[in-house]
Order: sequence, then structure tokens, then C-alpha cells
Amino acid sequence: MVEQLPRSKKIKTIIGEFGITIALLAEIALFSSLSPYFFTADNILNVTLQTSITAIIAAGMTFVIITAGIDLSVGAMVAFSGVIATSVLKLDLPFSISFPLALLAGLAVGIFSGSLAGLFVTRFNITPFIVTLSLMTIWRGSSYMYTDGRPIWGFPEEFSFLGSGRVFGIPIPTIIMICVYIVAYTILKHTKFGRYVYAVGGNKEAARLAGINVNRTLLSVYIISGVLSAISGILLASRMNSGQPNAGLMYEMDVIAAVVVGSTSLFGGRGTIVGTFLGAMLIGILRNGLNLLNVGSYVQMVVLGVVILFAVLLDQMRMK
Amino acid sequence: MQNIRKQYPGVLALSDVNFDLRAGEVHCLLGENGAGKSTLMKVLSGAIKKDSGVILIDGNEVDFHSPADSQKAGIGMIYQDFKLVPELSVAENILLGNEPTKGKSPFVDYKKMNDIARASLAQLGEEISPTAIISSLSVAKRQIVEIAKALSKKVRIIAMDEPSAALTENELKNLFAVIKKLKQDGVGIIYISHRLEEIFEIGDRLTVLRDGKFIHSCNVAESDRRSLVGWMVGRELEQEYPKIELKRGEEILRIENLNAGILKDINLNVYRGEILGFSGLVGAGRSELARIIFGADRKESGSIYLEGKEIYPKSPREAIDLGIGLLTEDRNKYGLIMQMNVRENISLSNLHDVVKGLFINRSKENSVADKFTNDLRIKTPSIEQEVKNLSGGNRQKVVLARWLFTKSKLLIFDEPTVGIDVGVKYEIYNLINQLAKDGIGVIVISSDLPELLGISDRVAVMCEGKLTGVLSRSEATQEKIMTLATGGNLETAHG
Repeated sequence: MVEQLPRSKKIKTIIGEFGITIALLAEIALFSSLSPYFFTADNILNVTLQTSITAIIAAGMTFVIITAGIDLSVGAMVAFSGVIATSVLKLDLPFSISFPLALLAGLAVGIFSGSLAGLFVTRFNITPFIVTLSLMTIWRGSSYMYTDGRPIWGFPEEFSFLGSGRVFGIPIPTIIMICVYIVAYTILKHTKFGRYVYAVGGNKEAARLAGINVNRTLLSVYIISGVLSAISGILLASRMNSGQPNAGLMYEMDVIAAVVVGSTSLFGGRGTIVGTFLGAMLIGILRNGLNLLNVGSYVQMVVLGVVILFAVLLDQMRMK
Repeated sequence: MQNIRKQYPGVLALSDVNFDLRAGEVHCLLGENGAGKSTLMKVLSGAIKKDSGVILIDGNEVDFHSPADSQKAGIGMIYQDFKLVPELSVAENILLGNEPTKGKSPFVDYKKMNDIARASLAQLGEEISPTAIISSLSVAKRQIVEIAKALSKKVRIIAMDEPSAALTENELKNLFAVIKKLKQDGVGIIYISHRLEEIFEIGDRLTVLRDGKFIHSCNVAESDRRSLVGWMVGRELEQEYPKIELKRGEEILRIENLNAGILKDINLNVYRGEILGFSGLVGAGRSELARIIFGADRKESGSIYLEGKEIYPKSPREAIDLGIGLLTEDRNKYGLIMQMNVRENISLSNLHDVVKGLFINRSKENSVADKFTNDLRIKTPSIEQEVKNLSGGNRQKVVLARWLFTKSKLLIFDEPTVGIDVGVKYEIYNLINQLAKDGIGVIVISSDLPELLGISDRVAVMCEGKLTGVLSRSEATQEKIMTLATGGNLETAHG
């Protein structure tokens, strides 16, 4: 029994599927016409570099939000992993030893935070919003405590290569971001675990009765989010050449915006990595374009809010 | 209602349908899912707009733009899925939107509110506290509250969409008593149900719709089961419950002295190649037992043996790996992932078999989904269709496909045909028969007695957590089952 989709629905589906791509292209066209510098290889690489930090976190956040969860601790985790990693670099060790140690320490913090969030969400059944809100202030406070509120700096110069270096002219954070997205896409789309993430987000109890280990799936998505936040934290510290306890402030908002603009449902069960990538780019390009046009940061905030609202409105129309 | 027409994008939901209702009668509206019953009721309530046609009340044309309009005209609706706010009290729900206030002040007069609610519940002969919170009530009680809510508004017409779906026999009797009372008061009742026995018990007249078209209208007394089914499905069904001769094989499941929660000392054997029916009132512990066998809940003591080996399923995953499948009672809430498509829902419990290395092999997954879609005759535009767009019967088939793909040895069906069309029910029964014939142990939990008697080789009856009897197909009758299900004793009842 084949039912034809009515035409109006077809058009809506097309807008929904490609809506964000259309919005992105329109945005690029607009800024290209307004600023001659905008559409140059230099600037495009620049945008990807600027966006990479939040985009990497957004990939992890996509997993969390598809399970109908949320991770508000990502911004604080950027700071905490950054100060932990840079403090290891300050140890009196040769760089060849302190560097991998710093990476491990930063990532360990991310894994720990993610495990903690996952544990509270699964074992103690506390809503992700509350759990990660608490972790957000805990890690932010810990960062200030650990550093006495002062940035950590004065470690080997080589470290800045990670955040500021280029390979074949492409910024390293951009390369890492692309790798993260390829891996995240593959996991979500082509593995059992990815399928389970959608199933748990769609209907937790039905997923359990279908034989899915719901707790393990939830624990995993928070660890993924924690690890990717930590990676971003290390990259940001490297770019700024210091471990800042106030790094990543309000990043959770940019990240959640990117995921939602990328049409992942906050109710769970739906979402794509490609959408999140486009969402992050849409926001990144908007920031970059407005900067090039010398639009003040106050106005930028307002414009950003309006764009997010309209992007989600577009998505709502598709659902109807 | 004359020549009602409603066009949805792509479907003509109602095509020039006529329907009339007299004061003080029960008019049953029949038809398979998608026949247009609910759409017609929604047009009547003003929830959706008709494209053409007229609605007359007492000979005057009315035009409803919203449910509030129809309520003012004295039309009450009781929907299949309750429209109650679970966190609020009974009285707050009954008077939702009509809260009495203290004089002209904006403050709600709770005393008055509770009094009014108590009065309208008393009218139904029900003792439910007006201050009880809805979520603490049983489904049957909620149904009563829903009716009280409709009655609190001086209704002249009341439409009930599948009111019996969640009710036990006793509760259904109460509902019928209420309906009779309403009839005496001159209220016209539109009664929608899939259970044909109810039509003969309570209905005065009936109208059958099929594919959005008016098919037949007559007095209930002038029709019989066979003709009704014929009108509904548009062809004659050989019999409602196909039954094939099965050869009972060796034992597949044995339960010994099992205790858990309300379940007390359950002993039971299930054999390959038989269909074991499970009867009992709602809350008797049938679903609880199924969940324990399936590893969804834990037992306190006792043993479960599968193919002679004791098993200890601690999670659904473990039970599935042992070869047990459960088709849950509420397939929408506990069975399917609505946002996923047919393919993903079928493979969900056994992705292991479609994975190559680290990744899911899509061509293999597609062929699995295609195979089951064809074998079970799942009606869907494609395997990529989201299950939320399928009808109840096809959704159930998707769940069944999932368990067939896990190669279950023992399948437990919990209320497998609730909300499913007569035609598709027949297919489901045939599938269940086929499974039993293929040597799978089949347990069917059902509150639909004729169904249970029609398809089971043996019927186990539970009452308040205890297994009160197991009847063979030749012994089992509705009376015997009801006696056992209500805690009675067969010898004293029939001796």
C-alpha cells in the first residue's frame, strides 16, 4: 500500500532537510556581497578555526541531546580541563613527557566528569539538567580554586602548536574538528551504539524491553560529551597559550544552539551530526560576518538570538 | 449529520457520510481503524472542520468552530486516550475550565468544586474521592471521571470512543449501567467499540463506516456478528478465530513456586507447539508474570526453567539471548520506538546479526526488514517509513517481526489485538497459529474472552496474583474462566 505524500508536505520536507543548508548558503552569499574579504580562503579557514572549539563540543552534545538529555557542564569543563592540562605542563619535566601527560590529565578530567554525570543520571535517576547544572558550577569553581583565579602561563612554547599550528595551511583545530565529526557521524549512523542512542532517546522503557542496556548507553554519551569538552579545553588553552579559569564561559549556550539549529530534537530520538555541523557553522559564520562588518558585540548577541529563534521556527514548520 | 465530507491531504477521510442520533438511544458506530469513526466524531465536536455537509441538532443547523462551541450545545466527548490532567485532583479535572469561584473573586471555591464533583460522581454510582489525584487512580476509575466530566456539563449527546478498551468485565458492567441511566435521562449516546459483543449488549442501532464511506445502518436486533464483520471488512470472513490442530511438543517453559510482588506460588508448564491463553482481571498479575519471565522485573523466590534448564534472566537482554520475546501490552509506549522506521524497529533487538565488524551492514539489514515486511504482510509504503505512521495492526506486526528476528523460542503476547481491526486481528491469529505450529511456545495474555477461547489450546486463569486454574480447550467456557478469575471455585459453582 503506497501512500503518496501530498505536495505541500513534500515541499516542507525538502525545506526541512535542506533548510539549514539554504540558510547557510544565503548567509554566505549575503556576507560575500557585503564584505570582499569574507569569501577568501584565509577567512574561511579562519571561521573554521574560530568555530572548531564549540563545534567539537557540539558533536558530543548531539549524542546527549538525542538521548533526551542535556549537558550544561561543557563550558566549565573547557576551563577545568584547560587549567589541569596547563598545570601539568608547568611541572619540571621535559616537554616530551609533560605534553602527553598534560593531554592525558585533561582527557581524564573529561572522562571523570562525564562518568559522574552519567552515574547520577542513571543510578540515581536525577534529571540531566540538574546534574550537569551542578557539575557546571562545581567545575567552574574548581577551576578558580585550583588557579586561585589567575591564569596559568609560562609553559613551553611548543604547546601552542596544537591550537595555533597549521598543517598544509589548515589550522590544527580545524583538522581535529573534521576528524571528530567524521568519527561521530560514523558512530551515530553506522554502529549498534549509535542506533541505541536514538532508541534510548526515542523511548527509554521500550528500548530497555528491546534488550538495550539503557544505563550503559546514557553513561557513554555523557563520557563522550566530557571527553570532547576536554579536547576543546586543551585546544583553547593552547591557542591562548594559557590555562584560563574563566575560559569557555557560556559555551554551553553556543553549543546547545548549534545542536538545536541543526534540527536535533530536545525531546530526544531525533538529530544528526551533519545538522549539528551545519548549525555550528551557521552560528560561526554569522559571528565572523558581523565582525567583518564591524557590528558591535551587543548587536551581535541580539542578531544571534533572532537567527536561532527563526532557525528553530523553520524546523517546527517541517514537523507539522 | 448529513453528507459530511472531510478531505485530508491525500485521503478522503469522510465521503458524504450520514449519521443520525435519537434522544435516549445508544447508537453504535462501527468500522475498522481508519474507517472514519474518529474523524466523524471530531467533526461533531468541532475539533476539526468539515469541508461540506451539515450538522443539525433538533432540526437546527449548527456550526462548531471549536470543542468549546459543541460543549455549549450539549455535546460531550469521551476520547480513547484520556484528556485528563494526571497531576490534578478528580474535582479539578471534572470542572477544568468551569471552576466555581468565590462570588465574583478570581479565587477558586474548592468546597463547592468538590461538592459538584461528588454529585456528578454519585450520579454514576461511583465512590471516588473528589480530592484524589488522577494519577493515583486505576484506568477504570479514570474512565468514570472522564464520563463525570462530560456529564458535569449538561450533555444531551455523549460520544464514547472505545470506552471499554481498558476496562475489565466488572467495570464494563458498571459502565453499561451508567449508559442505561443516561438513556433513561434522554441522553443520546454514540458508542464506538471494536468489541462486537458489547454492541449486542448495549446498542440500539448501529452504523457501519468503511474507508470513510457510509456502509450500513440498522437496528442492532436486525444484525448478527457475521453480517457486522462482513460490513466492516467488506468481505466475508470464514470464521473470526481461525484454529488449527496443533501437536503439543516437549516442555519449553516450567515455572516452579514463583513468588514476586503480588504473585504467589505460581506453578506452570508451557509446551512447544501450543498456545497457552492467560486470563484474569486487570491487576491479576498476568503482565507481572510475563515481565518476570522476560527479565524486566525480578522474582523473589522460585525457579524458571527454559527447555529443562534453570534460567535467571536479570534483564530483558538476557531473556532475549535465551530466546524469550515479549510483545508488551501497550505497544506504542513499551514496544516501539516511534521516531524510528520499520527497518530500525525490526532489527533493534538483534543488531548483532546485521553487524559486520564494527558497523551495521545496511544491505543485510534491508533484506531482513524486507523479508519480514513481506512474510508478515506489513502494510507500509517502505521499510523506511516511521512506525508512527502505521496502523495499530501493522505496528503490532513490526513488533512481532522484531521477535521473530531474534529467533525466539518462547513468545509472550500481552493483549496482542487491543485496538486492532477485525481483518488484521484475523491475520495476527493466523500468525500466532503458525508460530505455534513451527514449534515456538506461545503465551497469549488477553482480556478478550471470546478471543482467548477461540485461539488457545489451554487457558490459565489468574486471580489476585495466584494461578487459580488451567483449563483445556474442551473444558474452557466463559463462565468457568470468569469463576476462576474472580476467585470462585469451579466445584461449588457448577457442582
